[in-house]
Amino acid sequence: MKIDLTEMRPGESGVIADIEGGFGMTKRLQNMGVRPGKKITKVSSQLWRGPQTVQVDNTKIAIGFGMAKRVFVEVER
Amino acid sequence: MKLNKILLMGNPNVGKSAIFSRLAGARVIISNYPGTTVEFTQGYMKIGKEGPMVIDVPGSYSLEPTSKAEEVAVQMLKDGDLVINIVDATNLERNLYLTLELLEKGIPVVVALNMWDETKHQGIDIDVERLEKELGIPVVPTCGLTGQGIKELVERLSEAKVLKVHPLSDKKKWESIGKIIEDVQRLSHHHHTFLQRLEELSIKPLTGVPIAAGVIYCAFRVIRFLGEGLIEYVFEPLFENLWLPLMMKLSLILGEGNFLHNVFIGNFIDGQIDFGQSFGLLTTGLFVPIAMVLPYIFSFYFMLGLLEDLGYLPRLAVLLDKLMHNFGLHGYAIIPVTLGLGCNVPGALATRLLEGKREKFIAATLMAVAVPCMAQIAMIVGLVGQRGGRYLAIIFSTLFILFVVKGLILNKVLKGPSPEILIEIPPYRIPQVGAVIKKLWMRLCGFLREALPYVLLGVLIVNILYALKIIDLLAGFFGPIMTKIWGLPKEAISALVVGFLRKDVAVGMLGPLNLTNKQLVIGSTVLAIYFPCIATFAVLVRELGIKDMLKAAVIMMTAAFFVGALLNFFIP
Repeated sequence: MKIDLTEMRPGESGVIADIEGGFGMTKRLQNMGVRPGKKITKVSSQLWRGPQTVQVDNTKIAIGFGMAKRVFVEVER
Repeated sequence: MKLNKILLMGNPNVGKSAIFSRLAGARVIISNYPGTTVEFTQGYMKIGKEGPMVIDVPGSYSLEPTSKAEEVAVQMLKDGDLVINIVDATNLERNLYLTLELLEKGIPVVVALNMWDETKHQGIDIDVERLEKELGIPVVPTCGLTGQGIKELVERLSEAKVLKVHPLSDKKKWESIGKIIEDVQRLSHHHHTFLQRLEELSIKPLTGVPIAAGVIYCAFRVIRFLGEGLIEYVFEPLFENLWLPLMMKLSLILGEGNFLHNVFIGNFIDGQIDFGQSFGLLTTGLFVPIAMVLPYIFSFYFMLGLLEDLGYLPRLAVLLDKLMHNFGLHGYAIIPVTLGLGCNVPGALATRLLEGKREKFIAATLMAVAVPCMAQIAMIVGLVGQRGGRYLAIIFSTLFILFVVKGLILNKVLKGPSPEILIEIPPYRIPQVGAVIKKLWMRLCGFLREALPYVLLGVLIVNILYALKIIDLLAGFFGPIMTKIWGLPKEAISALVVGFLRKDVAVGMLGPLNLTNKQLVIGSTVLAIYFPCIATFAVLVRELGIKDMLKAAVIMMTAAFFVGALLNFFIP
């Protein structure tokens, strides 16, 4: 099932399917390890559409809500 | 090959600065939040006699720049002779991308596999020999904090050579990194450590917000406890018991009422020297920066240093992000604001961490208007605190409300997007005593170097202005505003004049004016808002440009005018 980052539940893991963003955003995310094919785990999300915290490999990253909405993840539910 | 310039390059947060200070022995700040090395640092290394230059290049994820810091890094690469690529061993895959890019540039590269000590705790096993073979360049495990591996790293610089590499596409690069990782890295299961569990708790909203409140509360309790303790048990006794007798002797020699006596010792209060109110160069001029302000600067920077090195600030930024968006800022702006509480100068400098011009302007203006520096806070607490805690509460809640209202207004009025947050959250690391003390020491020296001359100059100018009756002239001219709108006596104008030099001295000048509680509250608040001190002003001009700074200045003075008037109207 394909959902975006904001829809993942805290603690849930999945595999990044694709990122719908311009070159700059895709590149910045990729630099931090967020790229298609990687395993990603949701750590937490702040209230009221706040930043989403995720973990890829050994790195924790906070991604703004709007940006997280454009990162799609394949999860098993 | 002769080495002239060695570049230290790597992703942000890999401990580059720590390796740098090991190699160059120079004084650099080691810190945990992304972005401290936006300005690069350089020093000279000792290899044989040549002593090549070592440059700590701003942290970058790749050589295709996505930020200013990365642009700088790419520029600097052009005239380097050798690159020491610092790689975070606990994040090998992501870090190797930059390594492959560097190899394609045809420059000799040596890899320092940093944070080596942490791989064991995290169940990561890396076959260094194999990695060396696959990359074709020397790879040395290091630990910047303990200095492990640094010697070997230096010895093996001579083995570095230029490799012939065919440039790969993005996709091919990740594929080849994938293969390398498969060959050299083994992961075993490990239990979460206490710090890792705390990491999770402090970023989840349900537990994170109470933790943040607790951390901030404790931080301020510690700052007050240490600050007050130092003043009461160390600095005041020193001045009263050792300095006062000397000053009394000098006073006898100079003779009371004489011009020199006024300049150096100041006026007698109730027939004797009062360090807080006499306003002589050698009395108040030394007492204010050393005995009243330095203790708080010490305790504030001690606490800030601990929180920085622990890695707490980026978490605070994430928790506050949503809130800060109402002010047109993202959570990261909490860092200039927090630094501004120590001194507005580093706060103003830190606004360059923010991406957009609009964001920078808002953060800088809000900080200059509504965030008093520790020197000023210390003086306000010392002076107004005697009249009762609720007066302090009025001052600080007024400033807080001003921060919120001003932020909401600026966000509405200024056009433009507020960028979204995207930051790495570093793991918690136990702060190293040595690093914390080193940083604290540098900041204290910085304070004394910057503040002491200005305080002395401020006191001197006050005395000269009084002697030449210029204060009386200004008081006559601006008096009506002061008395009618703010309800202050016209002599308070001298504090506003001096406030441009030093806010702490200016607050101190309200002391001898015999103000009522209400006047003291209004005077202190207006002083905090009306204009930044000269040092902050200079930095802001450089960071914002003269045009935006003028805009900010108009905002500040308008705010001071209205806030003073409102307080005068509402306080009974």
